[in-house]
Amino acid sequence: MKAFAPRNLADTMLAGYLPILLALLIIVLPLAWMVLSSFKPPGEILTLNPTLLPQDPTLSNYAAVGDRVPLLTVLRNSVVVTVIGATIKVVLAVTTAYALVFIKVPGANIIFLGILVALMVPPEVSMLPNYLTITALGGRNTLWGIILPGLGTAFGTFLLRQHFKALPNELFEAAELDGAGHGRKLVQIAAPVSLPAIATVALVTIVSEWNNFLWPLIIIDSPDKMTLPVGLNLLQSIESQTGSYGILMAGAVLVIVPVLVIFAALQRYIVAGLTQGAVK
Amino acid sequence: MTTLQGADDPASPRAVTSSSVSGGAGDPSGDPGGDRARARKQAHRRRMSKNWSLFVLFAGPNILLILAFIYFPLVSNMYYSTLDWRLGSPRATPVGLDNYVRFFTSDSGLEVWRVTGIFTGGAVIGSMVLGMLIALVLNKKLPGRTAARTAVFAPYVLSGVGVAMVWNFIFDPTRGALSHILGFFGVASPQWYLNEDWALVMVIIVYVWKNLGFCAVVFLAGLQAIPQDLIEAATLDRAGAMRRFFSIVLPLLTPTVFFLLVTNIIFSMTNAFDILRIMTPTGHGTNTIIFEIYLQSFGAYQRAGYSAAIAVVLFFTLFLITAVQLRYVERKVHYQ
Repeated sequence: MKAFAPRNLADTMLAGYLPILLALLIIVLPLAWMVLSSFKPPGEILTLNPTLLPQDPTLSNYAAVGDRVPLLTVLRNSVVVTVIGATIKVVLAVTTAYALVFIKVPGANIIFLGILVALMVPPEVSMLPNYLTITALGGRNTLWGIILPGLGTAFGTFLLRQHFKALPNELFEAAELDGAGHGRKLVQIAAPVSLPAIATVALVTIVSEWNNFLWPLIIIDSPDKMTLPVGLNLLQSIESQTGSYGILMAGAVLVIVPVLVIFAALQRYIVAGLTQGAVK
Repeated sequence: MTTLQGADDPASPRAVTSSSVSGGAGDPSGDPGGDRARARKQAHRRRMSKNWSLFVLFAGPNILLILAFIYFPLVSNMYYSTLDWRLGSPRATPVGLDNYVRFFTSDSGLEVWRVTGIFTGGAVIGSMVLGMLIALVLNKKLPGRTAARTAVFAPYVLSGVGVAMVWNFIFDPTRGALSHILGFFGVASPQWYLNEDWALVMVIIVYVWKNLGFCAVVFLAGLQAIPQDLIEAATLDRAGAMRRFFSIVLPLLTPTVFFLLVTNIIFSMTNAFDILRIMTPTGHGTNTIIFEIYLQSFGAYQRAGYSAAIAVVLFFTLFLITAVQLRYVERKVHYQ
């Protein structure tokens, strides 16, 4: 059936593109509104007759974000937390999954079950005891205090274990004849052939570290240790009363656009990772 | 000697315990068969202990972190939940199960259940129905549908804080885009932030917006797994689009629907914090169970014991939902 053949054209447009267009408008318009408003001067935000495009585009909203919160420090904190946190989590996920699949010890299945149950525990449940632990260790208002409690990774371990289990034994036979140990088999065989799966875990981890809000919100109250979402929460509480939405939209752009760019470029891996278990 | 013989039998529980006993070195019997068995056993034991040290090296750090920051909190929450204790206060009074009784019987506790029920119901039904509609459209073989799929999924990966800030602007009753749109139709904007019922509707709308792409993509994968000849046969039999959907597509999609139902219930109970905290910081009318856990310990009240009790209840609720799902999945595998 050809979508653009004359007899199908009306059907294609009405039942196909019209609903898609409607859905896209609902998804894209709020984000476009955010970006465009972030370049509008206050007068164009407060007006009763708003226009879609900024009439007199300005960068002053972005400068204002920098006045309210130490923007460069906050951005740097977010990058540091995301990079260090995600790197350690990915390494731990790879080695744990490898151990669960290839290193034969009794009880490995029970250990895996324990990791699966951990997958089920939402951060809100462990938040209060972790707050007490990290506070006792002196981790309040520190970057390591943000990173440490989230490092144990159940999601990545689960996903990579599924992947390693599906690797054919033949892959390892030659290396075993050479007398290669587990370290070499992991670094030279299992990891290289699993790069797409590892990329999936890495991307999903990076995005969730970047977006993470609840834990840093609790453990940080000094502005120069805040990550971007926590800094934006501060910005929101300063600016929401005065209705300076241009400034708030500039803040939202800073946290949303980097992820949008990554997602647009690498969506295949991210979608696969996030719908794992549902889509085979 | 008995330990060695026991160890040769893999079914014997001694096989595990004997590995800690060091080698039976002083065994005087000198029987060559026993020697061979012993050598084999020693090799096995050496391999086992080498495997264990490797396993600990590879998986130990992660397991330790999970124990320290997920399991230990689970257990200590149960202890805290039996205390009347303010966060930061050195004084805590044991109160038994009072915190649980309060959560299940007090007006404010029941209000949390009401809000959680409405939020979960609205969020799950909203994202699944809209997700299904979008999936049905995207399932047509139209050029550009891959790009559309990507765009629809995008909000799911965006920062909840950022998304909530954007929608705060849109929902503003005097300056927001929505108030202008409603004004165009001559409708006055509801007081989204002052009226608790509207506030709940608002956060559900934002959650559905963020979440429907996930449902659409999962539904789409389910739809694409349906054999095309079934649909074609039904079309030849002159079954209309509605008939085809309800008699063929939907029944074949049942596993997907069930999976999404369960994950959506869990996600809507656990993933909505960012939106709730940014759009309605005090939680009046929007204090779902996760938000209440936060508000009670880190909000104005600092009731850490009560907060811990709610966290325990949430954990067991999720555990129950997951157990039901696993049971269902197992049954499905059996009867297929």
